[in-house]
Amino acid sequence: MKTDTPTTMLAAQNDKPSNARMWRLLIALSLLAFLIVLPLMSKNFFVFQLTLAMVYAIAILGLNLLTGFNGQFSLGHGAFYAVGAYTAAILMDQGGVSYVWTIPAAGIVCFIAGFLFGLPALRLEGTYLALATFALAVAMPQILKFSPFEHWTGGVQGIVIMKPDAPFGLKISQDQWLYYFTLVVLMLMFAWAYNLVGSRTGRAMKAIRDNPTAAKAMGINLSLFKSLTFGVSALYVGVAGALSAIVVQFVAPDSFTFALSVVLFVGLVVGGVGWIPGAFFGALFILFVPHFAEGISKGLAGAVYGIMLILLIFVMPSGAAGLLKLLFDRFAIVRRLIEGLSGRKR
Amino acid sequence: MDLFIHQVLAGLATGAIYACMALAVVMIYQAIDHFNFAQGEMAMFSTFIAWQLMQWGFPYWAAFFVTIGISFAAGVAIERTIFRPIHNAPILSHVVIFIALFVIINSFAGFIWDFNIKAFPSPFGTRPVLGQGLLSAHDAGMMAVVLIVLLLLYGFFRYTRIGLAMRAAAANPDSAKLVGVRVGWMLALGWGMAAAIGAVAGMMIAPVVFLEPNMMLSILLYGFAGAVVGGLTSPVGAVLGGFSVGVVENLAGTFIPYVGREMKLSIALALIVAVLMVRPSGIFGRKIVTRV
Amino acid sequence: MSAHFLSARGLSAFYSQTQVLFGLDFDMAQGGITTLLGANGAGKTSTLRSLSGMLRTNGEIRFEDRVINGKATEDIARLGIAHVPEGRGTFVRLTVQENLQLGAISRPDKRAIADDVERIFNYFPKLRERYYQQAGTLSGGEQQMLAIGRALMLRPKLMLLDEPSFGLAPLIVQELFGILRTLNRQEKVSMFIVEQNASLALELADHAYLLETGRVVMSGPAKDIREDEGIRRSYLGY
Repeated sequence: MKTDTPTTMLAAQNDKPSNARMWRLLIALSLLAFLIVLPLMSKNFFVFQLTLAMVYAIAILGLNLLTGFNGQFSLGHGAFYAVGAYTAAILMDQGGVSYVWTIPAAGIVCFIAGFLFGLPALRLEGTYLALATFALAVAMPQILKFSPFEHWTGGVQGIVIMKPDAPFGLKISQDQWLYYFTLVVLMLMFAWAYNLVGSRTGRAMKAIRDNPTAAKAMGINLSLFKSLTFGVSALYVGVAGALSAIVVQFVAPDSFTFALSVVLFVGLVVGGVGWIPGAFFGALFILFVPHFAEGISKGLAGAVYGIMLILLIFVMPSGAAGLLKLLFDRFAIVRRLIEGLSGRKR
Repeated sequence: MDLFIHQVLAGLATGAIYACMALAVVMIYQAIDHFNFAQGEMAMFSTFIAWQLMQWGFPYWAAFFVTIGISFAAGVAIERTIFRPIHNAPILSHVVIFIALFVIINSFAGFIWDFNIKAFPSPFGTRPVLGQGLLSAHDAGMMAVVLIVLLLLYGFFRYTRIGLAMRAAAANPDSAKLVGVRVGWMLALGWGMAAAIGAVAGMMIAPVVFLEPNMMLSILLYGFAGAVVGGLTSPVGAVLGGFSVGVVENLAGTFIPYVGREMKLSIALALIVAVLMVRPSGIFGRKIVTRV
Repeated sequence: MSAHFLSARGLSAFYSQTQVLFGLDFDMAQGGITTLLGANGAGKTSTLRSLSGMLRTNGEIRFEDRVINGKATEDIARLGIAHVPEGRGTFVRLTVQENLQLGAISRPDKRAIADDVERIFNYFPKLRERYYQQAGTLSGGEQQMLAIGRALMLRPKLMLLDEPSFGLAPLIVQELFGILRTLNRQEKVSMFIVEQNASLALELADHAYLLETGRVVMSGPAKDIREDEGIRRSYLGY
């Protein structure tokens, strides 16, 4: 019997018969309806927070594509977040480009950047790649302050951006509009991720993760796929970065320190490596737990955060994915009910 | 020419610190095949302990040695409580724990001592030592202290029984167990020593970069670069690597316009990626072969 | 002399989920040489590793009337069991001197250790010549001698040897086994030897066990097995 990991769980989900899939679709649709209505009933600041959570979810999804499906670790994806953010900011501030086009632009720029970084980095495995990406994250703020680029990057002070208004004269606030805009981008990115994972490319990626030597022997061009994966994951994070620039209205070098890469990495682990919906759990964790931690002890928020991480590794290393699986297994009654209703007899 | 010598000497001085961090990193790497991303924060916390002791009236050298002792004990404790249970866990778990440790230590330091920079005394003073300001007393002192530490370590590993046991445990844990070496405790000792070395590095560099919770992040990066350049299997290599990185960083800063001064961290990044790619055994290390 | 110097009852061993030993029973008297024979994959090495606490086990192993299964490898070594593993387990980057010192690392009596080194030189003169050389530069035969020398430095009561003849030229093997016999008689070291080379092992040993896919299929005095042509032909192939 295969050991149940989030990835096999995911694979199993993809193999379920159409009845169960119909249930999943129903759940997804009701969730979507809830998400659409939510901002209309909430304060602007909360809407802003939710938007930021979605932005993080996209970024974590990018990291998940790298780690979960390709087995490569990165402690440096904050760098690509920065590149995406600055691309958007510079295009809007200096190029007068509409915010809508900055998103794909940031995605493309980061894809190229990720691919190029992936080319040499691909030769490094596991802990060495972690080190190289750690170096990238630590070096990034300095790179952003580089004086010859100051004309574009605004140097240490960064760039301030105007928040866009809702189009077509819709009677919603800027925060609400940005929420919906982000939601649309989010859905597109998630749909693409599911597509990618199930496709031939996705299977190649999983093969590389599970047994690189065998994959190579089967003719999969290891270098190409690894770099492509890095590029795609950077693309996701870059899109998230661009969105964050628009939502936060500001980019500056010190917003993109190593701490950011840590936050994204934590989000990945909490959500569960290799489980796409985990990105939501991860995003909610990194957005709201620091507040919760500050509630426990103002100055020790970081310590509470870190201790929770350690507990996570000791108790539930597969994150939210593992927890949900555990609950799913335990609540057999509920499961039998669902299966009975969906017409599947056991 | 004078400038060149000055920069080389200054580079050797900071290189001494990088050598310490590189050595600490390699010691743990040799034991568990992982990089301790929290090594810098541990060193920073130790430095704060020293500062606090001095605030309470301890004379410098008393605080220095007490801090080393405390750091050693803390290193041993961290290994035994946190890392021993996850010994066989996958890489991801290790990396998460290192990051968690990083965040916890950083947070505690900020909480206890706040984020304002503090001055940290140097026992050597700032008078120039060699001729016309070629080398400050503190720089010379740093190098001397580091060299003493390195000599002590060398002697320890080469001439004592425990040192031999530790080397055996790192080289071949199974065989070490078969001769009765308590490999688990050797690991803990390694952590303790790495923590102590880090404390020395922190206390030596603090007068220069000023004491604050985020002071060690870039220094750790240079330490990693030194370790990688030195070849991760070789403590001697790590030390040489650390010194080299210090010199290269300083010369680049002085003689390459713009990039040299402002992109020092990127130089470290480039070194790490380039060396790991092209010559993973490092410039001073031995080749490692992995069986498929 | 205790007949239950080393004994196993219902010993089963596992590499994670795979079972490799199925309820072994054996006994060994103090002062003797017992050999464990069998083809590749029979479980011989797994037996030794179980004795040294390197595998997950069920059942019981007793040494000098003390239960040792479940103990850590290093603690079992400190009880006086020296294991010369498959491939010798030499510390290749350390010197011969350091390898020998490591053999005695758990002993407190430093002066006696120096004397022991001398005694080992008497058995293995080559090691004196190569004392300061890196162990990895020694020949196969010399490394085997070093491995046995290192085991002796423990002043063991029991030596476990995993295929000592492996990869060595016949002349060297003869010499080696001669030394093992001497060590057994003079140093009073009991030995439990795993061997594929059955004829050699049966010459040396007092008692033999034959292992087949993780089970004991025969046991008896070595002399009897050696002289029984029928057994030799069908089980040992010669």
